[in-house]
Amino acid sequence: MSAADATGTAGSAGTVRTMREALNLALDEALGADPAVLLIGEDLADPGGGISQVTKGLSTRWGNHRVRDTPISEAAIVGAAVGAALAGLRPVAEVMIMDFISIALDQLVNHAAKSRFMSGGTLSVPMTVRTAVFGGIGSGATHSQTLEAWLAHIPGLKVVVPSTPADAKGLLTSCIFDDDPCVFVENVALYGTKGPVPDGEYRIPLGRAAIARPGDDVTLVAYGRTVRDALAAAETLAGEGIEVEVVDLRSLVPFDADAVLGSVARTRRAVVAHHATRFAGFGAEVAGVINEELFGELDAPVQRIGAAFAPIGSAPTLEAAVMPSASSIAAAVRRTVGHTTGG
Amino acid sequence: MFERMTLIRACDDRIRRGLSSGEFAFTYWPATGQEAIAAAMGAVLRTDDQLVTTYRGLHDQLAKGVPVGPLVAEVLTRGTGVNAGKGGSMHIAHPPSGLVLSTGIVGSGLPIAAGVALAAQLRGGDQVTVASFGDGATGTGSFHEAVNLAGLWKLPLVLLCQNNRYAEMTPTFAAQPVAHVAERASAYGIPGTTVDGNDPDAVHRAVAAAVDRAREGGGPTLVECTTFRLWGHYFGDPMRYMAEGELESARTADPVGRYRATLLAEHVFDEAAAAAVEEQAHEEVEVAFVAALEAAFPDGGEAFTDVYLDPTGVPL
Repeated sequence: MSAADATGTAGSAGTVRTMREALNLALDEALGADPAVLLIGEDLADPGGGISQVTKGLSTRWGNHRVRDTPISEAAIVGAAVGAALAGLRPVAEVMIMDFISIALDQLVNHAAKSRFMSGGTLSVPMTVRTAVFGGIGSGATHSQTLEAWLAHIPGLKVVVPSTPADAKGLLTSCIFDDDPCVFVENVALYGTKGPVPDGEYRIPLGRAAIARPGDDVTLVAYGRTVRDALAAAETLAGEGIEVEVVDLRSLVPFDADAVLGSVARTRRAVVAHHATRFAGFGAEVAGVINEELFGELDAPVQRIGAAFAPIGSAPTLEAAVMPSASSIAAAVRRTVGHTTGG
Repeated sequence: MFERMTLIRACDDRIRRGLSSGEFAFTYWPATGQEAIAAAMGAVLRTDDQLVTTYRGLHDQLAKGVPVGPLVAEVLTRGTGVNAGKGGSMHIAHPPSGLVLSTGIVGSGLPIAAGVALAAQLRGGDQVTVASFGDGATGTGSFHEAVNLAGLWKLPLVLLCQNNRYAEMTPTFAAQPVAHVAERASAYGIPGTTVDGNDPDAVHRAVAAAVDRAREGGGPTLVECTTFRLWGHYFGDPMRYMAEGELESARTADPVGRYRATLLAEHVFDEAAAAAVEEQAHEEVEVAFVAALEAAFPDGGEAFTDVYLDPTGVPL
């Protein structure tokens, strides 16, 4: 396990790109680097180029046989990716919206995740499933869910969630060339985010958190879209004299416990935030690990911020009522910093 | 094919004997009565052709060429098993024989087989993949999604349905609005055919035609083989759901005995030669069981290996 890698997130070198462009670049370079790479999913091919244009231009460049449109068949998309991976390819399946992964869970949970183990190491499933959370844009209860905790719960799967364009490229490339099944969770709300993206082959090892913002007073653990809100909260709090260290997990499995514990050991206070449902969410695991390892050193109980335990309504008022925000995260940090032990 | 059928039956008999006597215990889904289908398929396929089968797969696995010793050891979850005792009877995989894997979830093997066939199609060459499944699988979305993909992409795939008349405890006629599984094929623009699955020669002809078609780029074929599951869904199944006399009637059509009688009548071999085949099969199976029963279960520590290739950062 590695310590936090502060330099991995947004290196100064590279070209400023959106996350959409960074993902497209990672896929393009992977298709170019290895003839075993295959993209499979709904509406990927040109002229559509994907519902969010992440795969735009790729079928034109690499052919419709390698950038392959499918019927609306999530179980078969992911199942065929499992089979193609077992047969030696490196398929990248797209499940358009994360809620739809429910339809493909059998293939992920029972076959992709367990084939290496059940075969005694004979089989390998080097596949990636890209999927996107459509929360934050009024998509309603069946098109807005953030479901990575389901997947982090399954031994055999890796679960990766980028927050920046550079990470999107480096982590997706690592997933594609990983020899185990990876679920790569994108956020539609981040596709337009811009940042420097390293040119040429760029991989970020899975399982290394990044310090998205250094600080000494309190550790704020987040991932994916929530990192953006965590950084906004940290900026606000800096104006109040609270220095927040934002730890971006980047992957849930593998989990960089050392980075989290190293930060909390210094700050002695921690908040964990995600857009997934707070109850039984991944934040509970992070809080549990912190409590087990650092109980005697904490100055405040670990707080968890996440979506309320309710469906996500379509009306903006309903979505806002359920979802965390920069201000609700900041409020949790203030409570944590204001907490005094033994008082 | 008679040799393969005999070996399968000998192995199946030995498992059921051991389970009955308490010599060993595991959950077993017997394919007794379905040997002709597997033997014919095995005779048609090349070693490099690929097979995805199911938890009721002993016959398919032996027919595809998985070696008896390590297969029996796996079924008995010994460390010497073909999958180090981690798969068990439901989850046999043996790539050197072209057995990709055996799935424990009904219907799930079909999309996987489509993916294996897609990989073969993209690589070029003439490798064929067979998806072997029961009538119960045809009720799953996985079946329909996979056959649709296979038809759409003209995958080099043979869809081998072993219609053994029951999906778990429900008869086929109570689970589908069509008379024959093969009728499903027309919805996906592919040929479908129904053959007597207890007649190895008939199955051989149908599977050979489907394999040839797939090999030549013609796309998938659905081959429905009608048969009967003689020992129920699982070993110990009291089969209360069967009609009076149904099982007895099915036993008279037991493909192993029937094929033996046919070959004797046609003077393909005589009684002594048939008995020699059976004797050799029993010996091979007995050697496999003696070795497997002497072998240890995998060490408990093996529960934590082969979960990931690189387990760094994983809370194992």
